Amino acid sequence: MAMAERDPVSGKNTTGHEWDGIKELNSPLPRWWVIVFYLTVAWAVGYWIAYPSWPTLHTYAKGVLGYTSRGEVAQDIAKAKLAQAGWMAKLKTATVEQINTNPELREYAMAGGAVAFRENCAPCHQQGGAGAYGFPRLAADRWIWGGALAQIQTTITHGSRWAADPETHRMDMPRFGDDKVLNEDQISKVADYVVALYKAPDTANTLPGKAIFAEHCVACHGEKGVGNTEVGAPSLKTAVWLYSGTKEGIMAQVHSPKMGVMPAWGAKLDEAVIKELTVYVHSLGGGR
Amino acid sequence: MPGPPLLPNVTPGVRMTASPKKPQQTSLYAEHCKVQPRRVDGRFRTLKWIATGILLTIFFLGPWLRWSRGAGVPDQAILLDLAGRRGYFFSIEIWPQEVYYLTGILILGAVGLFLATSLWGRLWCGFTCIQTVFTDLFQWIEYRTEGDRSKRLSLDSGPWTSEKFTRKTIKIVLWLVVSFLTSATFLLYFSDAFVTTMELLHGSASSSFYSALFLIMASTFLLAGFAREQVCIYMCPWPRFQAAMVDEDSLIVTYEGWRGEPRGTHKRGQLFENRGHCIDCTMCVQVCPTGVDIRNGSQLACIGCALCIDACDQVMDKIGLPRGLISYDSSYNLAARGKGTATRRRPIRPRTLMYTGVLLLVVAVMGGTLVTRSRLEVDVLHERSPLYVTMSNGATRNGYTIKVLNMSREDQVYTLRTEGLPQASVDIIGYTATAATTVELPVKGDSVGTFRVYVTVPRGQLVNKTQELRFVLTEQRSGRSDSFPSIFAGSGE
Repeated sequence: MAMAERDPVSGKNTTGHEWDGIKELNSPLPRWWVIVFYLTVAWAVGYWIAYPSWPTLHTYAKGVLGYTSRGEVAQDIAKAKLAQAGWMAKLKTATVEQINTNPELREYAMAGGAVAFRENCAPCHQQGGAGAYGFPRLAADRWIWGGALAQIQTTITHGSRWAADPETHRMDMPRFGDDKVLNEDQISKVADYVVALYKAPDTANTLPGKAIFAEHCVACHGEKGVGNTEVGAPSLKTAVWLYSGTKEGIMAQVHSPKMGVMPAWGAKLDEAVIKELTVYVHSLGGGR
Repeated sequence: MPGPPLLPNVTPGVRMTASPKKPQQTSLYAEHCKVQPRRVDGRFRTLKWIATGILLTIFFLGPWLRWSRGAGVPDQAILLDLAGRRGYFFSIEIWPQEVYYLTGILILGAVGLFLATSLWGRLWCGFTCIQTVFTDLFQWIEYRTEGDRSKRLSLDSGPWTSEKFTRKTIKIVLWLVVSFLTSATFLLYFSDAFVTTMELLHGSASSSFYSALFLIMASTFLLAGFAREQVCIYMCPWPRFQAAMVDEDSLIVTYEGWRGEPRGTHKRGQLFENRGHCIDCTMCVQVCPTGVDIRNGSQLACIGCALCIDACDQVMDKIGLPRGLISYDSSYNLAARGKGTATRRRPIRPRTLMYTGVLLLVVAVMGGTLVTRSRLEVDVLHERSPLYVTMSNGATRNGYTIKVLNMSREDQVYTLRTEGLPQASVDIIGYTATAATTVELPVKGDSVGTFRVYVTVPRGQLVNKTQELRFVLTEQRSGRSDSFPSIFAGSGE
């Protein structure tokens, strides 16, 4: 590297760097700029001392201020909880019917319910309660355990066939085929009848499956197949099906019924959150 | 390549002998020389005071004006309510989605500036620009505390006496007070003036308010107190391209070189024969707030304040020559007078006509939309999850979120019905008891009503997977209807 030399035109020194005969003048930064640069260095050193910065082998330098971003989040959450506390207390004392008819409470519950629904319910029931094969459609008006506010609240709190909860919905459908109560021919005939209940109600009465239905199914599903939410027997005179509304689907369900399980959310969620969820689910379009 | 080298140090070996000149320090930056304008009185100075007075009065009184809008709405005449997301200007209220009116005002400002510049040169820079107005105010304070140019020059070059210290301190304190009032007033346009002033006095305003207050105060203090003409020369883009709006018929500050040159000093009683009228008294340079010499012709740093005209006219009166050696005139007339041909005044030119046309067009469009703008806006959002729901009786139901923006001040009730699917019924869960063909939506004044509306069509009515559906909203009080398009989805069976 060449030595720095004085440039005769500008009177300044060069940096001593030379590229193909071109030399670079040494034009130092203005002093104030350099001072600001050193100030930022000093600031950085102060930052290392004040805040968590340097990694060590197994942990890291904690900093004298004791700041953590986790701690900041925790503070924010605590602050938000405090802001919500008044509302949550009101939700706790009010019944779901009271919440649903009070515009202010309802607005709050709907917002909270929407969030809680996305977190806890949407994995099975889908966004907006669209439902899926084996997971009830909450946006429609066919309810297994009832679509009134109190009924929805009970189902969310205690779940369905949830062993750990003594008050859970327990009713099971008999396994007509597996337990040899009905033979294949009888199952086929009763399935024909059930399909006709919705699709061709005028001809349903003439079908041979009617008698089988009257003997084995009416107790729970009702005389006209309208269902009974008390025992969790869904309506059969419907376009909405949990599994399948085709003849094959109905035969499969009569032969060896599938019975879904829903957790008892009362063990996991706060009472007020369940009330929020109740109001939200009720509003999805199927509430009665 | 033959020929001498352009720079002496290009060819090594030659440089030391071929360039016997002493090396000199060169800098890429212009040396800053503090401009100390002399005070002058006259026509243009009076005009400038009037403009400054009117503009400062408007600025400082603006936030205190009241305009009654009814309960629950701010009564400040001019208010940009950022938190409430509304803009108020007397009887006009702007919602966030109408922010293009602000864009329109910017366009008006730009085109207005073009028009004014092509007619009168740098009228804006010299008389109405915020930098000019506040610099003028600060210089007036400087004049009152430190005296006129010559006093200030000797004060600056002299030692730090107690008088110098006192005068400078008083000046700085007054500048700070004006900066504070300016900053506070500016912020009052963004929140209620009376409430905010009380908060400020009690020290209970938000920290963001104080930091904004400090920033604007500091920039006022620095820009009007110290940066001054450097803002115009180095920071402002406008002088760089305003020359494109000026032509030979635009009025500018001109020095009549044909009459003034050759210049030279003048003794009392001397005749003005075989010489120019300029006596080289440099008064025009001394009064210039940007420190330029107008005798070098129209230039970037000249802000067109015309104070040099006042100064020169006074000198011409004293030595008994006609006024107007420096005049506010077009470059065409300057040349015409030099040649002795007729002068002209041509305010109507293609470019002024064009700017006026654009200006009128923008005013007409903005005014037209402002007068006829609907105070009702509706957003219809078709729910996508689920896209549609089959009900147990086989009917198909679609969900919609309908936002009704009632931008009038009165509470309104709207009747909602649908068009396109004859059998469709409408209901809102938790609001209407049963599905019906119409539903009433009440929306409070100056607010947005959000409704989740369900539209149900009986089994067997749908032909396609999606069909058009229109929502018709009728304002019950006025009977005015608007319709908003959407779709209705189904299985298509």
